[in-house]
Amino acid sequence: MTTPGYATERETTEGRVFTVTGGDWDTITGSIDPLSNEKIVVNMGPQHPSTHGVLRLVLELEGETVTECRPVIGYLHTGIEKNLEYRNWTQGTTFVTRADYLAPLFNEAAYCLAVEKLLGITDQITERATTIRVLFMELNRIASHLVWMGTTGLELGAISMMLYGFREREYILDIFEETSGLRMNHAYFRPGGVAQDIPDSAIKKIRDFLVYMPKKLKEYEAMLSGQVIWHERTQGVAILDVTGCLALGITGPVLRSAGLAWDLRKTMPYCGYENYEFDVPTANTADVWGRYQVRIAEIRESLKIVEQALDRLKPGPIFVADKKIAWPAQLAVGIDGMGNSLEHVAKIMGQSMESLIHHFKLVTEGFRVPPGQVYIGIESPRGELGVHAVSDGGTHPYRVHLRDPSFVNLQAIPAMAEGALLADVIAGGASVDPVMGGCDR
Amino acid sequence: MSIESTGGVPVNAEPVGADIDAPAQVPSSPQKGMFGITGTGDVSGFGGLVRRRPDVVGSPKPYGSYFDEVTDALEEAYPLFADAIEKVVVDRDELTLHIKAEKIAEVAQIMRDDESLRFELCSSVSGVDYLNSDARRLHVTYQLTSMTYRRRVRLEVAVPVDVPVPSVTSVYPTADWQERETYDMFGVVFTGHPNLTRILMPDDWEGHPQRKDYPLGGVPVEYKGAEIPPPDQRRVYQ
Repeated sequence: MTTPGYATERETTEGRVFTVTGGDWDTITGSIDPLSNEKIVVNMGPQHPSTHGVLRLVLELEGETVTECRPVIGYLHTGIEKNLEYRNWTQGTTFVTRADYLAPLFNEAAYCLAVEKLLGITDQITERATTIRVLFMELNRIASHLVWMGTTGLELGAISMMLYGFREREYILDIFEETSGLRMNHAYFRPGGVAQDIPDSAIKKIRDFLVYMPKKLKEYEAMLSGQVIWHERTQGVAILDVTGCLALGITGPVLRSAGLAWDLRKTMPYCGYENYEFDVPTANTADVWGRYQVRIAEIRESLKIVEQALDRLKPGPIFVADKKIAWPAQLAVGIDGMGNSLEHVAKIMGQSMESLIHHFKLVTEGFRVPPGQVYIGIESPRGELGVHAVSDGGTHPYRVHLRDPSFVNLQAIPAMAEGALLADVIAGGASVDPVMGGCDR
Repeated sequence: MSIESTGGVPVNAEPVGADIDAPAQVPSSPQKGMFGITGTGDVSGFGGLVRRRPDVVGSPKPYGSYFDEVTDALEEAYPLFADAIEKVVVDRDELTLHIKAEKIAEVAQIMRDDESLRFELCSSVSGVDYLNSDARRLHVTYQLTSMTYRRRVRLEVAVPVDVPVPSVTSVYPTADWQERETYDMFGVVFTGHPNLTRILMPDDWEGHPQRKDYPLGGVPVEYKGAEIPPPDQRRVYQ
């Protein structure tokens, strides 16, 4: 009864197990007796196009209805937290930036704020460095929400949205590349400031983007907001109210779509967010549609913050003045791209032995951080991103824990999926916006 | 020297030998890295300065900020306060309540439900391993957030290996996966947890990777006949 190359079946103690390779559902439905075997268990993922990376969902189905959903994670665990303990504090940014790869600058910001709080230099971070951080975090939030719209559109049948979302995101990544040298995983924020100043050409690009993006947002809304299929796939789907969100620890757009205006930028401000004018968008539908509306509105609010940050950008230092912490290497753009400034190399190699020793000690050994522990929470595109950093007084972190919003928010999937239809698992899962790099770390 | 853990108010360490005018002693270290290096690898001459891990000392009242209100409210709502709270530490504008492990679920329940506390959200649960500096080496920290009052507080419990901690999942369901991660990475057993299994590491993994005596990597990298030791055995500057 099994055709070669199609669904193979074998008997196990748990029951009959099918291996499906696509296009062979007839074989399965044909061999299940509908009267005695209505319940089947389906493994969705870890290699599945609509699970946003390597997320595995074990679904128990009765017909098309999901009776039980069990998320399985850990397929992308890379030991970032353990690795951090073997590198110095400055090198830590290179690791944390790789956790949530759609919001790398948020990981860096949370980590740097934690290290700065441990060092007690939060007040010494220069105005320009903080403004650049805010500017880049908000651009990153827009980029992350664009990927969310693109991938969710793709999964719910609006494939052109994927093309548009990634096209506009590329524009933002160009700005990041021009400033930090890298499109992703920038390691641009460092404990004490930022790695390099923004070039004028990038400022011009951001100004252009501020004119360009609102038009594109209108296009997205024209394409999705009035579309019947989009309504049917999102409205009343994967509902999770405020009580459910708080119990499960869900923050970010999912919580705001349930009506609670909890945004750490407003409620527990950091990086001077209290001085910017912006609103916290909410919805009251608590469904996928609400999350879509919240994210679209958040892109608009982020554009407002970017504009204000650009206006506030005054010339000045981008690193703390304390030379025991400030990175000694001055980076500069040369004919072959970003690299060490020749001037700086000439100074340490030819003129000042003291500078060379200082440079060598700080780069190889790093600075010491007084013992203690801190917790910093910031609002990432997916919710509260927390960093719990512990120092034992040495040059390496003793322990750094990333409270990643994807990890916590994924717990909402069973609450959203159970009792609903199989197709709505996709919509609900997408609306949480999980990034497995951050979830598994 | 009785050392409990890091964290808390830093105490300045005095260099060994500073008071007796003797040459500074180079601290002994079990590490032996590449090029036969022993000790810290420090060639600056400052290596004689010994770093002492400071005791975590309880902070004196008043704590300042909203910390007094929180501790007073908890003391009023929880009759066993003096028994359950080992010490209160205020450091870097953050409040840490060190709690007896067996009392953590009770305290969490009151922190969530009492009207003048209202810590509705458990932001994060994670572990720290204070090997060699605390007899109760495994610490679990709970970062609680009060959305009503916009406050944060940290609860911390310390247990030796093999002593369980009551689970707070009945109070904060969000702690489910976070306690699983803490079990996976540190081997802290949470009693009363609905499904305490590994979450990030494979089910059949042996050991708990975030413990300080668990090596990083541990697998030598081979390259054209030469062998590069695992990262924790390479030369380090500390």
